[in-house]
Amino acid sequence: MKYLDEYRDGDQAHQFAREIHRITTRPWNIMEVCGGQTHAIVKFGIDELLPKFITLIHGPGCPVCVTPLEMIDKALELASRPDVIFTSFGDMLRVPGSTTDLLSVKATGGDVRIVYSPLDAVKIAEQNPAREVVFFGVGFETTAPATAMAIFQAAQKGLKNFSMLVSHVLVPPAIEALMSSPNCKVQGFLAAGHVCTVMGYEEYPPLAAKYHVPIVVTGFEPLDILHGVLMVVQQFESGRAEVENQYTRSVRREGNRPAQELIHKVFKVVARKWRGVGEIPQSGLGLNDPYAGFDAEKKFGLADHHVDEPADCLSGLVLQGQIKPHECPAFGTKCTPEHPLGATMVSSEGACAAYYRYRRQN
Amino acid sequence: MCLAIPGKVESISGDDPLTRMGKINFGGILKEASLAYVPEVKVGDYVIVHVGFALSRVDEEEAHKVFGYLKEMEELAELEDSDTEPPPRRDKP
Repeated sequence: MKYLDEYRDGDQAHQFAREIHRITTRPWNIMEVCGGQTHAIVKFGIDELLPKFITLIHGPGCPVCVTPLEMIDKALELASRPDVIFTSFGDMLRVPGSTTDLLSVKATGGDVRIVYSPLDAVKIAEQNPAREVVFFGVGFETTAPATAMAIFQAAQKGLKNFSMLVSHVLVPPAIEALMSSPNCKVQGFLAAGHVCTVMGYEEYPPLAAKYHVPIVVTGFEPLDILHGVLMVVQQFESGRAEVENQYTRSVRREGNRPAQELIHKVFKVVARKWRGVGEIPQSGLGLNDPYAGFDAEKKFGLADHHVDEPADCLSGLVLQGQIKPHECPAFGTKCTPEHPLGATMVSSEGACAAYYRYRRQN
Repeated sequence: MCLAIPGKVESISGDDPLTRMGKINFGGILKEASLAYVPEVKVGDYVIVHVGFALSRVDEEEAHKVFGYLKEMEELAELEDSDTEPPPRRDKP
């Protein structure tokens, strides 16, 4: 496929790797923010092409992984109601809540439907006026234009039977939270190319300056990632800490303005709890007041509750880059993709699942 | 989750900018996507699509830059090989 295959060329990947080897003089820690990048790195063995002392730390950029247990439990409660058609992206179905998961609810009679786009959920609401249709609004800034449009169109159509369980998260506050942690080992970032396609990268220069970290907006194919790593290492080795854009074929500095306008119309910035990390101020999106009628939590009166995460799951440390997945005692034994303890194992983009699939040492 | 893939716009339907849809060709598989956020896109353009929405138009000129960079590196390496003078020292922090 055009714009995909040519960015997977092995010879050219090796060429980038050679250049990274040539210029690297000391150990460096780089965090790739996005789970999609983590998946590509482990799948294509990109980390194995790099000098041994360049460490790629896998960041918290998997919305499936960071959706808190409480929110999954709310989804399970809604999906179990006989009057509800619960719609969701496929990757949320196997994420364990505190007792079960959406797939099990579906197996025991819950009307849970996988949709490709949030607009499909709006369509289902139009076709089923006697039922309540709820969409599980999970995702980063990349997905927010789609969920915002679903709400906006539902409002325009005057749909009374559509609502959204909103669990949107934002990337820059998570980077800030990571960098301000005293245990943080990250010295530079590959920022997520598709998040920046939507939001641009004007939010990042203050972060680069405050923590003196290079931030390179990077794409998702092997050559993109290697190019991004090279650009970060070039900055390290010359003492720079700037924001640069590797993914220029998709990302403009200002991002996608029409998408941002609709996001800001429909959503407002709220505090959000991240699974394995805890609450991060101003790190999420919730529905703006004029659209509060579409808030499934309010509509169904879902109570806030607190659930402790399984004690032997170290996904929080994995998400913060403190340990590698295989350093967790539960990895591959108590915790597998079939029986995950934490969501870094359940989503294919989670660091644990990627290591289990591509790196399992038998 | 943030998976977004490039595809070619084969046709466009609808005049209302908010509901404009495109038929997008992903390596032979056709799928509909909203073009609400890419008002500038025309038939024949490539767009990056995520959960049924085109988020950007692929900039063809920029798309080749990665390869241009590689070519430059190659030429530089050749130059350094053929040069009798040692290459200039890089500034280290």
